[in-house]
Amino acid sequence: MSDIAAIEVTGLVKRYPRVAALDGVSLRVEQGEFFGLLGPNGAGKTTLISIVAGLARASAGRALVMGHDVVADYREARRRIGVVPQELVFDPFFTVRETLRFQSGYFGLRRNDEWIDEVMAHLDLTAKADANMRTLSGGMKRRVLVAQALVHRPPVIVLDEPTAGVDVELRQGLWSFIRRLNREGHTIVLTTHYLEEAQQLCGRIGMLKGGRLIALDRTQALLQRLADVQVRLRLRGELPAALRERAVEQGDGRVRVRVAAAAEVESVLAACRTAGATIEEVEVGHADLEDVFMQLMAGDQRKIAA
Amino acid sequence: MLNPAEDNDAGSPPARRRRPQPPRALSAVGFRTLLSKEVLRFWKVSFQTVAAPVLTGVLYLLVFGHVLEDRVEVFPGVGYTAFLIPGLVMMSLLQNAFANSSSSLIQSKITGNLVFVLLPPISNREFFAAYVAAAVIRGVVVGVGVFAVTVWFAPPPFRAPGWILVFALLGAALLGVLGLIAGIVSEKFDQLAAFQNFVIMPATFLSGVFYSVHGLPAFWQFVSHLNPFFYMIDGFRYGFFAVSDASPWLSLAIVMAALAAASAVALSMLARGYKIRY
Repeated sequence: MSDIAAIEVTGLVKRYPRVAALDGVSLRVEQGEFFGLLGPNGAGKTTLISIVAGLARASAGRALVMGHDVVADYREARRRIGVVPQELVFDPFFTVRETLRFQSGYFGLRRNDEWIDEVMAHLDLTAKADANMRTLSGGMKRRVLVAQALVHRPPVIVLDEPTAGVDVELRQGLWSFIRRLNREGHTIVLTTHYLEEAQQLCGRIGMLKGGRLIALDRTQALLQRLADVQVRLRLRGELPAALRERAVEQGDGRVRVRVAAAAEVESVLAACRTAGATIEEVEVGHADLEDVFMQLMAGDQRKIAA
Repeated sequence: MLNPAEDNDAGSPPARRRRPQPPRALSAVGFRTLLSKEVLRFWKVSFQTVAAPVLTGVLYLLVFGHVLEDRVEVFPGVGYTAFLIPGLVMMSLLQNAFANSSSSLIQSKITGNLVFVLLPPISNREFFAAYVAAAVIRGVVVGVGVFAVTVWFAPPPFRAPGWILVFALLGAALLGVLGLIAGIVSEKFDQLAAFQNFVIMPATFLSGVFYSVHGLPAFWQFVSHLNPFFYMIDGFRYGFFAVSDASPWLSLAIVMAALAAASAVALSMLARGYKIRY
C-alpha cells in the first residue's frame, strides 16, 4: 500500500451561518479502494466531497488528494480527482461531444478525442455524441456527467449519489463500468442512499451523522458487528412485551427481532404464539447494512462499537 | 508517482496494475478552452446576442438622427447623425459586454453547470480573464456590427483611430468585469435585471451618447463628469473627430483606474470564493 492516500482529510470543519455541516471529520481513503460514504440527508456527505473537490472551502482542517492540498496545491489536486455531481446539471448550449471536449480543455488537454470516444463507447453515448444536451433523457444526462468526470483520467473518482433516479438497467451498467475502473486501479468514493449497493460494492464504509464520522470500517467488519440472526415476522396481533426490547417494528405488522443464535428462533415464535399473535410470515436472515445503518443512526452506537 | 521499488519487491503481493496517472496538462489550455466556450455560447445564439442589439442601434439612429439632424450641431462642422454613430456604437458595445459575462455566469450558477468550470484546475485569474475576454469579444463584435450598418448614414472621419481601439477595448473590458461582479453577486435573474436596468442603462444613457454634456446645465455637467461611462464614450468619440468634451488622456486615466478598481474587486471576490465556492 502506498504511503500517499488517495484522499486524506484531517479535522475538517465546515460552518455555515446557522449550522455546522462538518464537525471535525478525519478520514483516509487509500489508493485503489472502493469506499462508501453513507449517512442521511444533511449528514455532511456532499459538503465533505465539495471540500475535497475544491467546490467549497473548509472553515478549519485540511484535505489532500493524492498528497496534494486542495487549496495550496489546487491544480495538482484537481487534476487527480473526477467528481460526478449529485444534481443532474448540464449546459444546454452544447452537444455531448462539445461538452466533453470543453471539459478536457478545462483540464488542460487539447487532443483527447481518442479517450473521449472510448469513454463515450463505454457509457453507450456514442450514438448521442452529436445530440444537444437538452434533448437527452435523465439517464443519458447522468452518463454524460460520469463521462465528464473521467475525461482527464483521474486516479480518484468521486460519485455523489450517482444512481439517484436512475433505472435498473443503467444502474447495473454504470456499476460494472465503475467496478472495472476500480480494478484498473482507480480509487472510487461513493455516496449513495441505496445501502444494498454500498454493501455489494464498497470494501470500506464511513458513516456520517450530523457532520461527524460515527463509523469507519471494512464493510464485512461492520456487518459482523451485528452478527446476530434476525427473525423477520409479519404478525397479526400484539408483539409480546418480552420481545419488544430487541425488536424493530416496521409497521403493517412487520417486525424484526434480533436473536443471538439460530436456536433462539423457536423461542421467539413460541413467545408470539403464547401471546396470541398469529404469525403470517416468517423469514430468518443475517443483518444487512441497512440494519447497521439504522442502528447507528438511531444513536445505538455502543451496540456497534468494536 | 509509482514507486519503482514496489514493482520489484518479490515479497509484496502481486504487483497491482500501474495506477492511473493524469496526463500532462498545460494551464493556458484551460483558459483558452473556457474563452472559446464562452465565445461559442453567445455565437450559437447570435441572432439574439448580436443581430438584435445591432437592430436596436439602427433604430436609435433612424429615430434620433432623423428628428435631430437639422436641429443640433454638437461639435463645429460635425452633423448630429455623425456625432451619434460613435455614441451608439459604444453604447451597444458596453451593454453587450456587460450582458455577456453577467448572463453567462448567472445562467451557469442557476442551472448549476458552473460546477464544470469550478472542478478543473483553472485559476481565479484564468477564470476572470476568460469571462472578461469573451465579454470584450461580444462587445466588439456588436460594436462593429452597429458601426457597419450605421456608418452609411453619415460616415464619420477617423482622425485618431488608435483612441477608437483603446477605448473600445478598455470600455468592453470594464463592462465585462462589472458583468462578472454582477453575475457573482446576483442569485436570481431579477437581481441581475435590476443591476442592468438601474445602474448600467442609466449610466450609459446619461453619458453623452445622444448629446454633448457641454449642452447641459452646470449641475448635470458636474454629475456627468462623475460617470465613468461618460469618459469611455467621450474618449471613443475623440478617436473619430479629434474633438471631445474632456481630454482623451484624462478619459484614458479614469477608464483605466475604473478598470483596475473593478478588476481588484472581482478578483478578490473570486479569491474569497464569494458566492461561488462557499
